Amino acid sequence: MLVAANHPVSRDQAKVLNRFDITKRIVARLKHDEAVIGGIGYTNFDLWAAGRRPQNFYMLGSMGLAVPIALGVALAQPQRKVIALEGDGSILMQLGSLATVAARKQKNLAVVIMDNGTYQITGGQLTSTELGADIVAMARGAGIAQSAWAADEGDFEELIELSLREDGPWLIGCRIDREKPAETTERDPPRIRDQFMRGLGVKA
Amino acid sequence: MDEENAPAWHEIVRDVLKRHQVKLVTYVPDNVLRPLIDAVHADPFFTAFSCAREEEAVGIVSGAWMGGLRGIVLMQTSGFATLPNAIASLAVPFQIPVLMMVSERGTLGEFNIGQSLVARTMRPVLQALAVEHHTMTRLDEVEFIVDRSLTQAVATQAPCVFILSPLLTGGKVFAK
Repeated sequence: MLVAANHPVSRDQAKVLNRFDITKRIVARLKHDEAVIGGIGYTNFDLWAAGRRPQNFYMLGSMGLAVPIALGVALAQPQRKVIALEGDGSILMQLGSLATVAARKQKNLAVVIMDNGTYQITGGQLTSTELGADIVAMARGAGIAQSAWAADEGDFEELIELSLREDGPWLIGCRIDREKPAETTERDPPRIRDQFMRGLGVKA
Repeated sequence: MDEENAPAWHEIVRDVLKRHQVKLVTYVPDNVLRPLIDAVHADPFFTAFSCAREEEAVGIVSGAWMGGLRGIVLMQTSGFATLPNAIASLAVPFQIPVLMMVSERGTLGEFNIGQSLVARTMRPVLQALAVEHHTMTRLDEVEFIVDRSLTQAVATQAPCVFILSPLLTGGKVFAK
């Protein structure tokens, strides 16, 4: 088990991080054209704002499907690391996908859950993570043994580094604040898909 | 070929999928689909596994397509009824040729009222979204429909749904 024992055991003990700051920290560590799937809402807005990587895919709808889409990319390209960026409200819609990822033992896949305990984009209604549900514990229960909460920024970077270097699947939980996103993703699906496929070398 | 030696519908589907390099099969199980599911599990050409929900299976096949791997989702009618959002907000606008094969419940001898009601939503949804779909009723049309529609889905970057009628498969028979 590569997850160090000093990671917080519960959501309550994790520091609240800034979404855009940690998104930039992820992107800064991507040196091998890793694919990133941004779930709907502010996770993908901040991914867009953190730089227009052609290996980024920005969802526009189909809430909850960031992990399945990332799993599909990971299956298609086993040599490439794939990261799913998903929110707490979104993953709660598709918890079964964590069990599928675990059952596949998908080595090249990491899931980052940005958890601010709210459906922020719709007005800040509480999600069940704010009321006691722990996504990292649920991921472990689904069979993703390498699941951990990031204690703080440094710990988050360490976990990202580990997930890029070592076999997964990984799930990294991070508590985030409720800041507005830095920008808004351009809503042009065919263009997003085309650029992503070129970024993955599927289209010339 | 005489009738006795004619391949079964699931053998034809398996072979057409192979010919078109459709290697990934994600599914939520169904009794009528069982011989096809067994066939793709038995053949190392395919990567086949079950998903918790049909939406998830569509997400996986969509991601795989963008990564250069072709896939198909297998499900029954009640599972299709969970998909309008994923088709309308992922497959259609992003122009991803998600292939779907639906075992048709709810008609021609259905014994479960829930199945018969939900089945009536399938074709109106497909028509509303203008998604190409074909109902296969006879063994001699299976190869043509799957082969041609698969080619079209890829060429036009559009999802396609194959509906397996009980007229083709025998359907699920009322067990008293």
